[in-house]
Amino acid sequence: MNSRRRFLVVTTSLAGGAACAGIATPFLLSMMPSERAKAAGAPVEVDISKLEPGMLLMVEWRGRVVWILRRTEEMLGTLKKLEDQLADPASDKDQQPTYAKNETRSIKPEILVVEGVCTHLGCSPVFRKDIAPADLGADWLGGFFCPCHGSKFDLAGRVYKSVPAPTNLAVPPHTYLSDNQLIIGSESKESV
Amino acid sequence: MSKQQNSVIQWFDDRFPLLSTWRAHLSEYYAPKNFNFWYYFGSLAVLVLVNQLITGIFLTMSYKPDASMAFASVEYIMRDVDYGWLIRYMHSTGASMFFVVVYLHMFRGMMYGSYRKPRELLWLIGMFIFFILMSLAFTGYILPWGQMSYWGAQVIVSMFGAIPYIGDTLSQMILGDFTLSDAALNRFFAYHVVTLPLLLLVLVFVHIVALHEVGSNNPDGIEIKSNLDSKTGTPVDGIPFHPYYSVKDIFGVVAFLIVFCGIIFFAPEFGGYFLEYNNFIPANTLQTPDHIAPVWYFTPYYSMLRAVTVNFLGIDAKLWGVILMAMAVVIFCFLPWLDRSPVKSIRYKGPYFKFALTLFVISFFVLGWLGTKAPTPLYTLLAQIFTVIYFAFFLLMPWYSKIDKTKPEPKRVTK
Repeated sequence: MNSRRRFLVVTTSLAGGAACAGIATPFLLSMMPSERAKAAGAPVEVDISKLEPGMLLMVEWRGRVVWILRRTEEMLGTLKKLEDQLADPASDKDQQPTYAKNETRSIKPEILVVEGVCTHLGCSPVFRKDIAPADLGADWLGGFFCPCHGSKFDLAGRVYKSVPAPTNLAVPPHTYLSDNQLIIGSESKESV
Repeated sequence: MSKQQNSVIQWFDDRFPLLSTWRAHLSEYYAPKNFNFWYYFGSLAVLVLVNQLITGIFLTMSYKPDASMAFASVEYIMRDVDYGWLIRYMHSTGASMFFVVVYLHMFRGMMYGSYRKPRELLWLIGMFIFFILMSLAFTGYILPWGQMSYWGAQVIVSMFGAIPYIGDTLSQMILGDFTLSDAALNRFFAYHVVTLPLLLLVLVFVHIVALHEVGSNNPDGIEIKSNLDSKTGTPVDGIPFHPYYSVKDIFGVVAFLIVFCGIIFFAPEFGGYFLEYNNFIPANTLQTPDHIAPVWYFTPYYSMLRAVTVNFLGIDAKLWGVILMAMAVVIFCFLPWLDRSPVKSIRYKGPYFKFALTLFVISFFVLGWLGTKAPTPLYTLLAQIFTVIYFAFFLLMPWYSKIDKTKPEPKRVTK
């Protein structure tokens, strides 16, 4: 092949390749979340005055479930005992805002606010507050069990060792507007 | 044939390669004369494909790909559309039967060494068909928007999120949203009814073209093309596909349809294996069902996904699970190069291969069974053991197939 022909083949191939990449771009970008999907994600306000100790409240935020659990004294007592069985007891991995990086993973010790989405493959774990049930073994002190692939979390959403889930449950950004008024998805004290 | 008919055919044949195509692929396509029971499943797969295409088109006439309407539209098909129940059960049973015949078709290839030279490309095209089929099954299962549709999709899409660096962007691109929602249902519908069926049809066409180029293998694993009749130039051990195998396949079709209709009319849910009970509950984004498992044909891979519970080599258990699951499917593609045996067919292979294949089949069934169960420490341990056996079948094959004691292949095909 002479050099003139080779030059023409190379340049037309490159130009054709660039044109293909160009025309593929709008199609690929059309698959990303739309403006409407991006706009839907407003914070939600929750009244927790009626939440009894030991009870779990589920709210929906950005299409996923957020759990609010009012822990009893006994429940809080289990957190320390489990530490050697947990993968990340001190919450070192970035799965929570700094104000929830503490022993109870919460702003108020008794109120746990955590996304009910398993960090393995996105199932929603089951709240199992029963102690030592037959299926979870005698050492079970209450926590969350994912039915999909068997991951286990304690009552602060911290993941056990040797389960498929890699990290603790995520704590969403949240703050208290008043004693019993919680806002999820925002850290500012303003009401929505 | 009358003179008039002849002239009509002639008119077309002058303008299109009608008769030559008929001869090359049917009346003068020579297939080995010793095909047995296992050779029904290729043509049965085509039958099921046609069933899925036709019933699928009719289902789209009443189905609504919208998260707020999908579940109700499937109930509408089942209750209010005349014969809607029949068409939907033909489609849902067809999906499971597609995997039954394709798994048996693949097992046939593994027994008789149909992936070996010169059929490596044929095997690879077949594997691509299998990948497309899995994607079709997955996207189709989401459409009723029941609990299993929703949470099954959640698990599968989250797997892409496990890929380092690009995972999050990739799963947003797949979902068209930050969570599994209407946008995803709508696009999975597009994949299920347009993109994937088109790809499947093209690949099936290419699969058959490649098959007819290299010729069919047979239970003896010897090449019939190496022994040609000196007068006609056709294989001595070959018979024309039409009428010999077209008639044989029609018998297979009748037997298959008896089973197929039996399931449709008497056990369309097949005890929760073909249609899972949790999928009769509309999708609830706040609550995962207590026990989720994929449909039976994915359970072996699902077992492997959750079998990994420890991090090693700097990769966490979650990503390992996803890698293993993907490898379990992809590894079939390497079979043509993993098998070093001097013979193709299991009839002439030695005890090592027979033992390995038996163990592989057992591990496939055990993993499949475990995948339908809720995880317990014992089941997880079993899944780990059988995952190792599954992969050992492939990874040790270059060794055991080479040192195995084989029998000599015959010159001509046997009964």
